Amino acid sequence: MELALAHETMARWQFGITTVYHFLFVPLTISLSAFVAGLQTAWVRTGREKYFKATKFWGKLFLINMAMGVVTGIVQEFQFGMSWSNYSRFVGDIFGAPLAFEALIAFFFESTFIGLWIFGWDRLPKKLHLASIWMVAIGTTLSAYFILAANSWMQHPVGYELKNGRAQLTDFPKVLFQNTTLVVVFHTITAAFLVGGAFLIGIASYQLRKASRQAAEDREPVKIASMKTSLRLGLVVCLLAGLGTAISGDALGKVMFEQQPMKMAAAEALWDTESPAPFSVFAYGDVARGHNTVEITVPGLLSFLAKGDFTSPVPGINNTNAAEKAKFGDKAPNYEPNIPTTFWAFRWMIGFGMTSFVIAAVGLWLTRRRFWLAPEFRRAGDEVPLFMLTRTRELGPTLTKWAWRGAIWTLAFPLVACSWGWIFTEMGRQPWVVYGLMTTADAVSPGVSIGEQWTSLIVLTLLYGALAVIEVKLMVKYAKAGPTDEEPPRRNPTLGGPPAGSEDADKPFAFAY
Amino acid sequence: MHLHDVWFVLIAVLWIGYFFLEGFDFGVGILTKALARDERERRVLINTIGPVWDGNEVWLLTAGGATFAAFPDWYATLFSGFYLALLLILVCLIIRGVAFEYRGKRDDAQWKRNWDHAIFWCSLLPAFLWGVAFGNIVHGTKIDAHMEYVGSFWDLLNAYSLLGGVVTLTLFTFHGAVFTALKTNGEIRDRARALALRVGVVAALAALAFLIWTQAHNGDNWSFAAMVVAVLGLVGALATNQVGREGWAFLLSGVTIVAAVAMLFLTLFPDVMPSSLNPAWSLTVSNASASSYTLGIMTWVAGIMTPVVLIYQGWTYWVFRRRFGVQNMPA
Repeated sequence: MELALAHETMARWQFGITTVYHFLFVPLTISLSAFVAGLQTAWVRTGREKYFKATKFWGKLFLINMAMGVVTGIVQEFQFGMSWSNYSRFVGDIFGAPLAFEALIAFFFESTFIGLWIFGWDRLPKKLHLASIWMVAIGTTLSAYFILAANSWMQHPVGYELKNGRAQLTDFPKVLFQNTTLVVVFHTITAAFLVGGAFLIGIASYQLRKASRQAAEDREPVKIASMKTSLRLGLVVCLLAGLGTAISGDALGKVMFEQQPMKMAAAEALWDTESPAPFSVFAYGDVARGHNTVEITVPGLLSFLAKGDFTSPVPGINNTNAAEKAKFGDKAPNYEPNIPTTFWAFRWMIGFGMTSFVIAAVGLWLTRRRFWLAPEFRRAGDEVPLFMLTRTRELGPTLTKWAWRGAIWTLAFPLVACSWGWIFTEMGRQPWVVYGLMTTADAVSPGVSIGEQWTSLIVLTLLYGALAVIEVKLMVKYAKAGPTDEEPPRRNPTLGGPPAGSEDADKPFAFAY
Repeated sequence: MHLHDVWFVLIAVLWIGYFFLEGFDFGVGILTKALARDERERRVLINTIGPVWDGNEVWLLTAGGATFAAFPDWYATLFSGFYLALLLILVCLIIRGVAFEYRGKRDDAQWKRNWDHAIFWCSLLPAFLWGVAFGNIVHGTKIDAHMEYVGSFWDLLNAYSLLGGVVTLTLFTFHGAVFTALKTNGEIRDRARALALRVGVVAALAALAFLIWTQAHNGDNWSFAAMVVAVLGLVGALATNQVGREGWAFLLSGVTIVAAVAMLFLTLFPDVMPSSLNPAWSLTVSNASASSYTLGIMTWVAGIMTPVVLIYQGWTYWVFRRRFGVQNMPA
């Protein structure tokens, strides 16, 4: 029993580490591919150099990030079979199909067209080259859809029957289009754009602050313009995506109150059913005795979040635990997830995510170009923006300094929020791996030894750690360097590049590894 | 023909596609040390696969996902059973992918040297290990009555599977050399052809021994036919390479890989993972497969999407069809 427990714990740590790590790169890939596609579209349509510079700059950072997303995704495809073979046998009939479709439909799409985009600058006509980055953006979003459909089935199994001790698919459209899937996809995609928007805000702010400190004659207007456009894009997207994340998060919360009451009770550390239920801002609980010792609450708010009114009862942890015990018997010792982790993960998810949203709203106001602004404070498109508080008043020097800092730091916030969001949603489902059907303890591979599990946990953690250092250093290097001096190509390339034997055939490529 | 038979064939096709495509990727990775003499030549080699390696690798992911969906037990037994071997392959694929993308991102000789080591070893090891893995699948492993692999990591390293590893390693290196000769111009092209001959002869001998062993172990007329095609393909590839018909040589080395992998799957059928402990405990297409409802949906999607994938992936090769050499490497 001791060993079995250790095995499950280690397999969970491994899955948690590799998956949270993988998801650091996923939201950036989803949103940056769309930003790069949008910026390149602007360049192809207007021919303005600032869009070209921005495309190249963000494109480079996007690729550094995407490489990590791609390679850490390989582990995701196989680790169900490696560490969770019982799970794989039990759910394969249902869970495997979206995974297979993800590879066949989405992965092929993104990895083939990303090759065309990276190497295609001088071998594809402009518009085809532009189309290839759009294909990448579509591919990444599609891939998110399939994997989220698979995950939603673990959260809320539908369209199946139990046969010979396994879950068998009976209704595939239900798996793809159940409300859990739709809301989770909405929430994840908006969160991805929140991450990307904050990434643009952070790095563009760094570049603009750097430019603001340069002597006037050293400044390069095109580069400033490209960063200023990026900053505006980041701010607007962050605001809209933040709003979308909040709306979809609220919808998801309501779905979860229905489908997994335990998860939401744990999120609130709401031990006993209350009516109306308060929203807990801070709580310090005594898990063993099943109540909180310290708590700050907003009366009635939880009822509103769960059901849309301020009076409905919300079931508590103890009540739900008793109900699940009655329903599922002794499948698990008890049906509570880890309460402190779930409680705090939920708050950190919302807190970090919404901080970026607020920073974006403030940033949009401070950097506005025309609205309620005296003409002498307006800045041209290729100048560093002023931080305008009112019609004629700038932020003071101290506040200005902190405004720049806040803008740069916001880069990391939604990423932190995403990690906690996944930790919340997966830890909050425990002890189940498939809610109501299979416990996590039953899901591990019986044939994998403790030694093997240790080996893979250590090897993957060390490898991922080393790669993180390398990746972050490269990101910082290219983010600090800013847009390059590269000029937009003068001619529209022919398909396949210059033919063999032509005088251009021996010229260096526009890009090579 | 039952749907699970169709899916056995489709999974074979995915693995064949993977070994055909990533086979030369691995080969090129190995050649970065075996063929390239300096930094510029190494760059030429890496860039022959630059735009396509990522798409090629998706064949593996699709094979994995399709096995999960169509044969959940096959997926579960194989990857939990061959745990450490698969971990090693995954680690290599991770490092290798990052290496391609990051190698040129810093202008620093030591940085590039480190990634060069990574590209070489992380191409060589999987090229060898995939052969070992398939050798074990085909020959049978210690699988108990509950479909669990009960052998150890060391049980996977037996004479037959190690020979399988030598075959994939040398065959992929040959395939990569022929591919390099097809994609490059100048001096490196000639040297790739010369190297292809030397590696190809070793590959031919190893492959012949391995395939005959396979045929003797569990062959029938169909697998014998596949073996003949594989051997003729390799002889043809060597001959056409010798006379400088590089397109034909590449096509024929591809035929060899297709026929050899097909032969392995032919001897496997109707098992998917035979048990060496008791034939009754073997995983088969019928006892390891998913429900016919799932297989039906998958068949529709695969039937529509696979041709689409082949078209745009093929188109990518056409876009990057031009030969190039050291003169094309940017500063």
